[in-house]
Amino acid sequence: MMCLAVPGRIVEIVERSGLKMGKVDYSGTIATACLEYVPEADVGQYVIVHAGFAISIVDEEEARKSLELWSEIEEANKKEGLDKFGMPLENSGVDKGDQTQ
Amino acid sequence: MRYLDEFRDPAIARKILAEIKAITSNPWVIMEICGGQTHSIIRNGIDQLLPKEIQLVHGPGCPVCVTPLELIDKAIQLASRRDIILTSFGDMLRVPGSEKDLFRVRSEGGDVRIVYSTLEALQVARDNPDREVVFFGVGFETTAPGTAMAVYQARREGVKNFSLLASHVLVPPAMKALLSSPANRVQAYLAAGHVCTVMGWKQYVPIVEEYKVPIVVTGFEPIDILEGILAVVRQLEAGEAKLENRYTRVVRDEGNIKAQEIMQAVFTTVDRKWRGIGCIDQSGLRLAKEYTQFDAEYKFAVSDIEVDEPEECIGGLVLQGLRKPTECEAFGTRCTPQTPLGATMVSSEGACAAYYNYQRIKVTR
Ligand code: SF4
Repeated sequence: MMCLAVPGRIVEIVERSGLKMGKVDYSGTIATACLEYVPEADVGQYVIVHAGFAISIVDEEEARKSLELWSEIEEANKKEGLDKFGMPLENSGVDKGDQTQ
Repeated sequence: MRYLDEFRDPAIARKILAEIKAITSNPWVIMEICGGQTHSIIRNGIDQLLPKEIQLVHGPGCPVCVTPLELIDKAIQLASRRDIILTSFGDMLRVPGSEKDLFRVRSEGGDVRIVYSTLEALQVARDNPDREVVFFGVGFETTAPGTAMAVYQARREGVKNFSLLASHVLVPPAMKALLSSPANRVQAYLAAGHVCTVMGWKQYVPIVEEYKVPIVVTGFEPIDILEGILAVVRQLEAGEAKLENRYTRVVRDEGNIKAQEIMQAVFTTVDRKWRGIGCIDQSGLRLAKEYTQFDAEYKFAVSDIEVDEPEECIGGLVLQGLRKPTECEAFGTRCTPQTPLGATMVSSEGACAAYYNYQRIKVTR
């Protein structure tokens, strides 16, 4: 479990033994994490926590951008009538490597 | 946004898969370094959805798996002493040493406690001033900052009964070692997103330049991994070798500076043995001179132990991407997560355990 870090939302910030700590909500499970490595972290932000230490604040803007790219392709495809059910572009003649299934 | 469901969206996944299929015309071998990614790939069946030209091989990025047997035996030695409380992450308790594991030591009366963070181990030391508390810490650049912080705090507060039995290893030297091996099959890497979160991603530039392999930093959700594979295949098909960051929502160019600073203060780089792989130059961290008093090996003079791996286990080859777990004779029969013969069957990040847990037993046998 050590490396399977998922993002969690900071719900409270507390101090313990001189360290900045936070209560972090992982889709309903709350656990304490050390926030010393993300000193600017605030309540409401999402952080990546590894073995009890937050190591990064999730950048919302970047997250949106990386998803938008694919939604845009989806939009474009829809306009051309290629992909109205969100299915792969399998019929567009670009598919290979799949013939022998 | 919760940064989870969005990156598991099947519609987007299908789109990326279609794109990968569309651009793939040659066979490629791609290694994901991180055991967390291996776990996600097998759980989501990503390897089976890819065009058959693309083979994913699983890398050495499972901390439990690469911790040398000697060190497990040292932990067992310490945990057997009545004056010591040994603390560690849960996974480490099940890793077979040469004779037994830490759970066994506990059932024999050893004081072995599971912690979820190094700071909890430090708290155990504060709460038990008349006993010695050893934290058995393993891991990559992702967990090293936590270990560093505990030791740093212990020194600051003058907690004298706390010490560390640690084997922290570094990923880039291992990536180089694999590429340098004559048996190497790896043509591109998916770099471990959370290692880069701590260390930044510039440290891979020399590897890309020297070995001419594409390296793409990526995350752990299906969309992250598929995007990483797409970026890698694009480069491979175009004959390029570049470094790309596809996990920008988490990984900053420079990494986590504060974590790097504390690690630099607490650790120095040393040659280190990786279980199943062998010694890799400058691939480990050990406590710096100023912190020797917190080094359990030094404090308790644990003797150097020479041990042999069980012969049957091919975990070392699995960790180097040379064999699949299902090619092991013992896989799923004599070796299961309940009765592991090798470390790659213990941790959920180990390739053998991932294959076992997600029913890959019948696939190739
Ligand atoms: S299945 Fe067990 S014995 Fe075989 S390589 Fe994996 S850990 Fe080793």
